[in-house]
Amino acid sequence: MIEIHELTKRYGPTTAVSDLTFAVRPGTVTGFLGPNGAGKSTTMRMILGLDEPTSGSVTVNGRAPRAHAAPLHEVGGMLDPRAVHPSRSAYHHLLALAQTTGIRRSRVDEVIDAVGLRSVAGRPAGKFSLGMAQRLGIAAALLGDPATVVLDEPVNGLDVEGIRWMRGMLTELAAQGKTVFVSSHLMSEIAQTATRLIVIGKGRLIADTSVADFIASAAPASVWVRSSDQRALATLLQSPDVTVSFADDGALVVSGLLAERIGAIAAAAGIAVAELSTVETSLEDAFVDLTKDAVEYRAASLEEEK
Amino acid sequence: MSTLQVTQARVMKSEWTKLRTQPGALWSLLSAVILVVAFGILYSLLRVARPPHGAAAAASFDPTSVSLAGVQLAQVAAGVLGVLLITSEYATGLIRTTLAAVPRRLPTLWGKAAVMTGAVVAVSVPAAVAVFLAGQAILGRQHLSVSFGEPGVARAVIGGALYLAVAALLGLALGALLRSTAGGIAALFGLLFAVPILVGFLPGSLADEIGKYLPGTAGLAVTTVHPDPATSLGPWTGFGVFCAYALVLLAAAAVRMRRGDA
Repeated sequence: MIEIHELTKRYGPTTAVSDLTFAVRPGTVTGFLGPNGAGKSTTMRMILGLDEPTSGSVTVNGRAPRAHAAPLHEVGGMLDPRAVHPSRSAYHHLLALAQTTGIRRSRVDEVIDAVGLRSVAGRPAGKFSLGMAQRLGIAAALLGDPATVVLDEPVNGLDVEGIRWMRGMLTELAAQGKTVFVSSHLMSEIAQTATRLIVIGKGRLIADTSVADFIASAAPASVWVRSSDQRALATLLQSPDVTVSFADDGALVVSGLLAERIGAIAAAAGIAVAELSTVETSLEDAFVDLTKDAVEYRAASLEEEK
Repeated sequence: MSTLQVTQARVMKSEWTKLRTQPGALWSLLSAVILVVAFGILYSLLRVARPPHGAAAAASFDPTSVSLAGVQLAQVAAGVLGVLLITSEYATGLIRTTLAAVPRRLPTLWGKAAVMTGAVVAVSVPAAVAVFLAGQAILGRQHLSVSFGEPGVARAVIGGALYLAVAALLGLALGALLRSTAGGIAALFGLLFAVPILVGFLPGSLADEIGKYLPGTAGLAVTTVHPDPATSLGPWTGFGVFCAYALVLLAAAAVRMRRGDA
């Protein structure tokens, strides 16, 4: 359980996180979504007790992060999978970490097996591929069998096999009753694993919702129609709850009506329908739509400059 | 004890695992030993080839510090060891993993200091004794040698080894304060070598008076069997001053580490 209350973090004149309040609950995977520079990593550093909040509070499993007697048993974190000593072996990296808290040596072997690094455990961690480094980071996060797991962009840079493995791992951790908080800047990465969503932009909370609600609240699906008489059909479909527009290639773009209903109206009017297709709003579109005012850096659109 | 809890002893064990699996640190340690031994032997050979002329020169000839000449070079290796032990964690970002596990933070600094001091003493005491014996064997050819049992000799030899341990602590403190390998090593060189040169530009008696209290000069007094009161503090007083520099810097490093962002 992570509880964040009116959390603000400033670095000099820059406000990285502003007045955030939300909770991350056990037993589910909660996605932490926001564009790059939104304040996700800063928030995660405060959850791990590394950065001090300027104001507001963070508690993990009911206590301030730095107040735990055995932090590795309370919250396991991965911020940067490349944060290892390049010539120290993966095994010794984990062993040194385990020793701080009195975690038994056999647990080091357990987590190495759990993330599938057995065959390379004796190799220098600096020679690992990104995928292997991510697995080592997960192993370090799981070392103390923590109730809460915080992972910054764990899927970033993984291949398909790695992504599938990571999703399985996150789902399993949540099924064990752990609090799993995972950041990403890509909605599509999160949507298949997380059930809850915290969305931030420019350090502020934009949404605290379930993935299902988020998708439902996103711009509704639209239906593309091609028919023998587009103008007549457009007039017929027009109503206060329905918007109809023409695409560049002459197709009708209808939102607010189901495809079946449009087909029925056309049939009743004797208009022959050549194409009728429903276009779901992509998650990425919904996310971009939601955060468009909160993106720190964005390429200027050519359209806007005209 | 099987309860999961961070303790100072456990953090020390962890830091020992890190030290023995960090090749850069081990190389610094080995370099310190090689410099102490090799340069001590070399300088003893040089002095035996050109023995002191005249009564005054013979009276001020200190065979112990001749054989310990390598300590002055080895202090660089020991100091770099101290810097690297902490700045390598800042450079890689590993410090965040470390401090997330040890959120009170200071056990990590003390753990590093203790393990490193132990390691440096463990290798530098035998190195200093060995180079003393080798140096005296060489100087003995011209009847310039002293024995370990003579007053002040054992203190100077062991003091030379302890000097290296404190130089390493100075490096650790500077590394923790500056969080940068280049910055830490530059500050170490400045403190040990550049400041004495600057003070040397002062008028003679003032330079001697201030010079006594500079870290390197003060600390090396312990390696001299008969320190000259005009240019040097007493052996243990000087060593105490050297330790005080290291402790003040470590305290500053502790404050910086404890407060604020990791």
